[in-house]
Amino acid sequence: MNAIYMTALSCFCLLVLFFSPVWAEDLSGEEILKRIDDNFLSSGSISVSTMIITGRRGTRTITSRQWAQGTRKTFTHFLSPPREKGTKMLKIEDALWIYTPATDRLIKIAGHMLRQSLMGSDASYEDFMEDPELNKTYDVNISGTETYLDRACYVLELTAKPGSKVAYHSRKFWVDKERFLALREDLFAKSGKLLKKVTIQEVFRVDGRWYPKRFTFKDVLKDGDGTQIIIDNIELDAEIPEYMFSKAALRR
Amino acid sequence: MLTLRLAWRNITGAGLRTWLNVGVLSFIYVLVIWHQGILLGMQRHAVNAMISDEISGGQFWCRGYDPFDPLTIEDSHQNIPTDLLSLIDEETATPILVRPGTIYPKNRMQSILIKGIDPDQRILDIPSSDLQDIPHRLPVMVGKTMARKNGLTQGEEFVIRWRDADGTFDAIEGHIVSIMDTIVPAIDQGQIWVPLADLQELSGMAKQATLVVVDQQVRGLPAAKNWVFKDQANLLRDVNDMVNSKRGGAVFMYIILMFLAMLAIFDTQVLAIFRRRREIGTMMALGMPRIRVIGLFTLEGILLGILAIGVAAVYGIPALYYTAQKGLPISDDTSDWGFAVASRLFPAYSAALITGTVAIVMITITIVSFLPSRRIAKLNPTDALKGKLT
Repeated sequence: MNAIYMTALSCFCLLVLFFSPVWAEDLSGEEILKRIDDNFLSSGSISVSTMIITGRRGTRTITSRQWAQGTRKTFTHFLSPPREKGTKMLKIEDALWIYTPATDRLIKIAGHMLRQSLMGSDASYEDFMEDPELNKTYDVNISGTETYLDRACYVLELTAKPGSKVAYHSRKFWVDKERFLALREDLFAKSGKLLKKVTIQEVFRVDGRWYPKRFTFKDVLKDGDGTQIIIDNIELDAEIPEYMFSKAALRR
Repeated sequence: MLTLRLAWRNITGAGLRTWLNVGVLSFIYVLVIWHQGILLGMQRHAVNAMISDEISGGQFWCRGYDPFDPLTIEDSHQNIPTDLLSLIDEETATPILVRPGTIYPKNRMQSILIKGIDPDQRILDIPSSDLQDIPHRLPVMVGKTMARKNGLTQGEEFVIRWRDADGTFDAIEGHIVSIMDTIVPAIDQGQIWVPLADLQELSGMAKQATLVVVDQQVRGLPAAKNWVFKDQANLLRDVNDMVNSKRGGAVFMYIILMFLAMLAIFDTQVLAIFRRRREIGTMMALGMPRIRVIGLFTLEGILLGILAIGVAAVYGIPALYYTAQKGLPISDDTSDWGFAVASRLFPAYSAALITGTVAIVMITITIVSFLPSRRIAKLNPTDALKGKLT
């Protein structure tokens, strides 16, 4: 599911690819984050993804197509299963609307509704609303190096800058030293309690960048195996007409 | 007096027919009073419980707060104004901070409201003092319905997650120190109670509150800027409207019962006039004015009603008294009714309720007794003596 994919990409900075010959050892934490922020963003992207939700009553598979413009605007169209088909979701800045064809109603997701699960997954609507530009909102510290999934990784610890309005007070990344791809991210509450975890199982290369092909989003406070997201295809730097990011487009 | 004696003799002489009528009428008296008593008891109980556990003498709401609009909760927190702080210092008011959050009982996610209350408060009759449980970082109190629906037990721990004033997630283990026995859904379902100071600190909202509950004894309330006072009548309007709407729905049942009463009396009167036409003719031939004959028959109907009051009193008073004392068991789960309902319902019978019901039934009986008797006015005494009805 594309929305989750973009959220994960943005929230958890899963992708960094540098063609620069400079070794990362020469970079500070801030520079790595800036590279992440700079390199991650695409002027426009169109992707199709699959979200596999495993719950107590079985497994559900949801596919969707997503159009994204920068980090501020995304439009998601759910393609299957039949129950979700035709549902559309629009995010502009910090506002989120959802349209369901069954009721033919446009609902603004706000307040307590943001805390609800997105299509039954481990992600909530508010996860979808996260601002991905970490460099603006977090102080970063390289706490060491570890081998994770047989890849040499830097361990980055991010702490929210004073006064910054972010959802997660601190984050911990395991960043592939060679590909600059975060293979794992842990998200923590202000109290230090681990809340969510994102892990990549498979990566792929598109337009010279490394992207996660398959990854899992897990709310660690809940039971279950988490929500698996598979990127079926993605087109970067795509031209997307402005009308895609309007409430009128939700009813079309 | 003669008419009264005649009427009494006639109805007692009618035997089983009279007692059937009296039985039906007395049943209607008892049933209507009992049903009205249930509604009145339900209303009184709900109102008393709400005043005791939730609203006391009224509440100051910070501007924008609407408990029925979840979208307003996030931003509903303000510094407590000085005027209200003085009431709080005098222990005649208590602040409550309401924050949206999520709990994970048994690793299941559930959206809830977190309410912070001063453990030392004495304004609301809830066991907030249980929250003084110091050993636990965050003592939690939940209502019994909330506990039952989520399988929560005293001593259980679960993760509570919320966002602070900057929108940053925080999470901590909550420890259930008390299960609150309340029938008021507004302080029970979908919410947990924690110490106010803890919630203010954890949310980064020091000295802030969402609402301030004022004691019933307070007179001359201050005007707090940006805070809106909701008095008892305002806060009880919903429950009163709900009971009144149920009362309105019950009117249909009363109409059917009254129709039964009318039918019994009307039939009796029509039959009596037909069977007693020679008696009517004789009375008119002996000089009794038609109006007195009509009065006699109408009085017989009224006496049936009065007799029914006596019979209803014989078995109704003990039955109604018993239900008022012992209560009536109702559904185990009344949490979905939308207002405070106890598991046993105690009907309440007011003097106005009883006299009002009796008056309505008596007026109805008088009318339906009189209507068929009007035919007597058209009777020719000679024809009546011959047994003819013209």
